[in-house]
Amino acid sequence: MLQPFLRLLPLILAALLVAGCGKKAATDDSGAKILHVGNGTEVQDLDPQVVTGVPENKVINAIFEGLVIEGPNGTDTAPGVAERWETSSDGLVWTFHLRADARWSNGDPLTAHDFVRSYQRILTPSLAAEYAYKLHHVVGAEAYNKGELTDFSQVGFKATDDRTLQITLKHRAPFLLEAMKHYSWFPIHIPTVEKFDGLTRKGSRWTRAENMVGNGAFVLRDWRPNQKIVVTRSPTYWDRANVKLDQIHFYPIESMDTEERMFRTGQLHKTNELPISKIDAYKRDYPENYRQDLYYGSYFYRLNVTRPPLNDVRVRRALALSIDREQLVAQVTRGGQQPAYHFTPPSADYTPTARITMDVAEARRLLAEAGFPEGRGFPKIELLYNTSENHRVIAEAIQQMWRRNLGVDIGLRNEEWKVYLDSQDELNYHICRAGWIADYTDPNTFKDMWVTGGGNNDTGWSSAEYDRLVRASMETNNDEERFAIYQQMEKLLMEELPVIPIYFYTRVYAISPKVLNWVQNPLDNRSWKYIDLAD
Amino acid sequence: MFRFIARRLLETIPVLLVIITATFFMIRFVPGGPFTAEKAVTPEILRNLEAHYGLDQPLHRQYFNYLGDLLRGDLGPSFKYANRTVNEIIFDKLPVSLELGAWSLLVALCLGLPLGTIAAIRRNSFLDYLCSGFGMVGICIPTFVMGPLLALLFGIHLQWVNVSGWYGPADRILPALTLGFVYAAYVARLTRGGMLEVLNQDYIRTARSKGASELRVIFKHALRGGLLPVVSFLGPAIAGILTGSFVIETIFQIPGLGREFVQSAFNRDYTLVLGTVILYATLIIFLNLVVDVVQVWLNPKLKFE
Repeated sequence: MLQPFLRLLPLILAALLVAGCGKKAATDDSGAKILHVGNGTEVQDLDPQVVTGVPENKVINAIFEGLVIEGPNGTDTAPGVAERWETSSDGLVWTFHLRADARWSNGDPLTAHDFVRSYQRILTPSLAAEYAYKLHHVVGAEAYNKGELTDFSQVGFKATDDRTLQITLKHRAPFLLEAMKHYSWFPIHIPTVEKFDGLTRKGSRWTRAENMVGNGAFVLRDWRPNQKIVVTRSPTYWDRANVKLDQIHFYPIESMDTEERMFRTGQLHKTNELPISKIDAYKRDYPENYRQDLYYGSYFYRLNVTRPPLNDVRVRRALALSIDREQLVAQVTRGGQQPAYHFTPPSADYTPTARITMDVAEARRLLAEAGFPEGRGFPKIELLYNTSENHRVIAEAIQQMWRRNLGVDIGLRNEEWKVYLDSQDELNYHICRAGWIADYTDPNTFKDMWVTGGGNNDTGWSSAEYDRLVRASMETNNDEERFAIYQQMEKLLMEELPVIPIYFYTRVYAISPKVLNWVQNPLDNRSWKYIDLAD
Repeated sequence: MFRFIARRLLETIPVLLVIITATFFMIRFVPGGPFTAEKAVTPEILRNLEAHYGLDQPLHRQYFNYLGDLLRGDLGPSFKYANRTVNEIIFDKLPVSLELGAWSLLVALCLGLPLGTIAAIRRNSFLDYLCSGFGMVGICIPTFVMGPLLALLFGIHLQWVNVSGWYGPADRILPALTLGFVYAAYVARLTRGGMLEVLNQDYIRTARSKGASELRVIFKHALRGGLLPVVSFLGPAIAGILTGSFVIETIFQIPGLGREFVQSAFNRDYTLVLGTVILYATLIIFLNLVVDVVQVWLNPKLKFE
């Protein structure tokens, strides 16, 4: 007989026994409204003061709620824990009035003191919260976060009573409400965090499903890493009567193709993304499932202005003028992206007037003026991008346009994500692909990054005039004035061109027509309580 | 035999130490760190982060601290998954990879051994070409093609099983087949080769001349020797099935350790990189030892030295 094999068999069977099998199926929807959504990568954690990513944002928006939330139509602001608020005439003091029926998921009342203690925690140096800087607009917050100030009562957060929270800013911040929709401003349940010794350190167990206390429309019920996160309707949420779904299941799926297959077999109601290769087929055959939403972000190339030949603005301008953005979005990216002729994406109340359009003749003239007629003698420089099929095809298309229009030959260099980030930070590149998605829907988030020496500047570009405008924009008293300054900043940026704008992002995904009230939002930030499922 | 095993186990200690040391320092010299992000944090926050994880200490002290923790069985916290320790991640995910590996191995052996044996017995016949053809196809088609093809056929068109996930018993079928096919192909080829060699040996001729039935010749006499190449292949292969399931785990969205093994390097999750490398190194060393023992057991010509 097959003796040797038979002798191995018990080993195999033992391994199977150890591993165990027979868990419950993915979908057992018995009349309950359960939404299944793809959610990108596995979440780092669910502590709003520790995480930094987009997948985390989706889940945290279900189980926590800030003072204000994204409204039902996707562009307005609706009351969250705060039922109303007012600002002082100089715009520096904001007073939030909390609703009486705001509760934690364990039934505890949610008070203004909870907010103050939460903000104290995120600013505590030893917690090392990466997004603590989002609160630095507040008086004393930055100093406390750096450890220069140890008395938190000097920081501009005050609970004047259980239901009144007063926030004092160090400069005017008209975008404060928008910024507050970000999870770094959400409250956390301090007694729970304390119980698991997480007040001043990361990585405590308070965010496990069995321990978690939140204040959102849903509560965390199950979290199986790399499998799924299940949230279920909260019985203590103040607006529970208007919550429509019974459960949401978030699936971390890294492969877009896998996600698309799951959508096709009905395992998902909505995907996180859609592969470029599937876009045409969906547009043609399943238009009812295809969605492309504008996304408040800019895809661009950084130019290292500290190295020749890119230290010459004429060369930078020549490169920027010779890209055919219309052709690029129509034939390469194909997901409805908008060609970018300025850096800051347009929004409802602010669209830059400065423009950098295609003009090959002018580009050639500038290049010749800079000493490279027809591209002759142009030094060998490289375009750096992080390893990805999408970035590669875009880089190849643009490389081709430069070769054809200017006669310059620019090499391509790809690097793994973190190596690429390091090269970018160290200015170890000539031209570098980049993307910037807004933190909140205000043009400010695209403006202050170009300040001299700013952590996200990464081009070596510096302009005293620009720095002055950044400061001036912080001191204005109304949006009209502020946006006028932004127009000047954009104009300066498009004259100096430390960056070449390429396109404005869209988000492309598949969604079942059964999902109701799924509105377009410029940051894909939504309050899950509005979402419904058709029967 | 026990002396042999004990000596081999002792030998693993310096080997592991070299692996740990090399990994520890190599991952630190790669550009970028666990907190390198597209949106830069302020230098103060970065310093806080490094202090929080002890990365502000001199590298040699970090190294000795790590070794000390390791001796206590503590692989440290994950840098990426803030509320999980490396120990927890491994205990959570290793069983999944083991289970996937076990099913795949079962597929590999149940398909590969009979096909290889049949091909060897009916050498140069149509059956041989069929079985050898399967071997070639299995080796040539990569898992990232086979996986989606199977998912398309059984998941989307026939709708027999889910296209991905790891929830019910049915969810084991496609990943196990995908991963199992590749190894079945190798097993079939090795079995055929081993059997062909053995079938020409004198002792097989002797067995036949003594009047033993063909079945008895094959199962009792030939297979034992014919399987030797398969067994030496299986040691590294089992380790490969467990470590190399990254692609399968991604295609079928399986919460296994193979993905962490690869992703942790991309995330610069230093502790998780070390934890998984140590685990896999131990596994490979251990499986090679098992192979050596099994080979002596199968082959009377070999002895424990």
